[in-house]
Amino acid sequence: MKTARSIKMTVTVVLGALVLASYVFAGGPSGKKDSAKESVAAPVAQVSGADTMRLQGEQRFRANCGRCHAAPQKFPPRVMATVVRHMRVRGGLTAEDVRLVLFYMTQ
Amino acid sequence: MLYQNPKTEFSRRRTLAVLAALLVFVTPARIAAQTPDTEKPVPILTGNAGTFSFVTAGQNLIDTQISPVLLVPLGDRWLIEARSEFEGKFQRPPGGGPYGGPVTKHVDYAQIDYIANPYVTITAGRFLTPFGIFNERLYPVWIRALQPDPLILPINTAPSDGAMLRGAFPVNANANLNYAAYVSATSIGIGSVDSERHAGGRMGLFFPGPRLEVGGSWQKTLQDDRGNAFGLHMGWQPAKIPLNLRSEYVHSFEGSGYWIEGTYRLSQAHFWQKPMRRTEVVARAQQFHTGSIEADDVAGLGLPTANTREADFGVNYFLRDGLKGIVSYGRQFSSAGNFNQWSFGFAYRFLVPLGRVRAQ
Repeated sequence: MKTARSIKMTVTVVLGALVLASYVFAGGPSGKKDSAKESVAAPVAQVSGADTMRLQGEQRFRANCGRCHAAPQKFPPRVMATVVRHMRVRGGLTAEDVRLVLFYMTQ
Repeated sequence: MLYQNPKTEFSRRRTLAVLAALLVFVTPARIAAQTPDTEKPVPILTGNAGTFSFVTAGQNLIDTQISPVLLVPLGDRWLIEARSEFEGKFQRPPGGGPYGGPVTKHVDYAQIDYIANPYVTITAGRFLTPFGIFNERLYPVWIRALQPDPLILPINTAPSDGAMLRGAFPVNANANLNYAAYVSATSIGIGSVDSERHAGGRMGLFFPGPRLEVGGSWQKTLQDDRGNAFGLHMGWQPAKIPLNLRSEYVHSFEGSGYWIEGTYRLSQAHFWQKPMRRTEVVARAQQFHTGSIEADDVAGLGLPTANTREADFGVNYFLRDGLKGIVSYGRQFSSAGNFNQWSFGFAYRFLVPLGRVRAQ
């Protein structure tokens, strides 16, 4: 009896955690809204409005990166992808910042 | 029915609960799209090098250093990063003679990061302690506006060996929140990899509109006197003028103090526009109050031994991307003696890709 109750409790804890994880990190009931935020590897080339993205990327660059250092020269996209990933961790960039700054720095 | 020890059962349940909680943190929101080949990150070797002459109270010190940073991305979510520092400090002996001095080397950080989702990045290994902003963001010689360290820099910025959760995300259309929570679990006393047991966190709010960031830090030492330390930081970059204003305050048993620094790029000058765009002037005021630790420990940490005030002024000239010349003057006031400090030198940032940068 005691074992069954403990198994039930464990299953409840695990399921609860999974539900919470999927709710919080998949964006809750409006998961589509956050699709832009999940951009660790979002292919930017497919996004329309390149000029808008470039402008937003420049604004994000000035607001975030410019707080600490001057603008560096533009490096090849594969190099910039590494640099921006490093700065995401180090400089507290949001996923959206990363996407737009990377777009701006590689155009 | 087999007998089950209640303690064992409780322990098993607790373990499962912890595992479930970990699952929450590491669950990706959804499987990420494959990165196009043209945008796949490559390993790079970057970092900075510099040589400076510090003339403090008439005594010249030549400081030459190089800090390579290795960045190795793995897949779409992993990053291995490491930075070491090799530094030579050379000066003439009191009686005269050739320059000489120690060359030191140490690992600043060697960590692995896993970008779990847009909200959480998990870091393990040796990492820079996120206490305040200078240590983590402004320390490299090519970034910092004044080469002399702030007086309060040694407080609670010893490297951490352990694990950290951090991230940044928008809380609404006008503000981003960034946070870091860490624990340094080991106490290693092997020369260049010294660390201590502590836990802490930092949280900041960044308002992209006015370009204002405010935040605070906390750290509790988990050894010796188990003291608490608190810090505040701010940064402001007004959009209309090329001014960058930053400040930090810290209060701990090792001492307390603050620094406030403003840098102004002369890009709005109407004369000599080309050189003026490359010129930056900087001023910093700071103050330090001694804490309640022994004098030997104070010296060991690199803190002033008496209450101190200091003002610094400098000019940076950006010769080209990643290369700047610096000159600064400062004066320190304390009961231990007042003196001037001049600094001259060059700082350079380099970057070398360690893989093919063009897609096949």
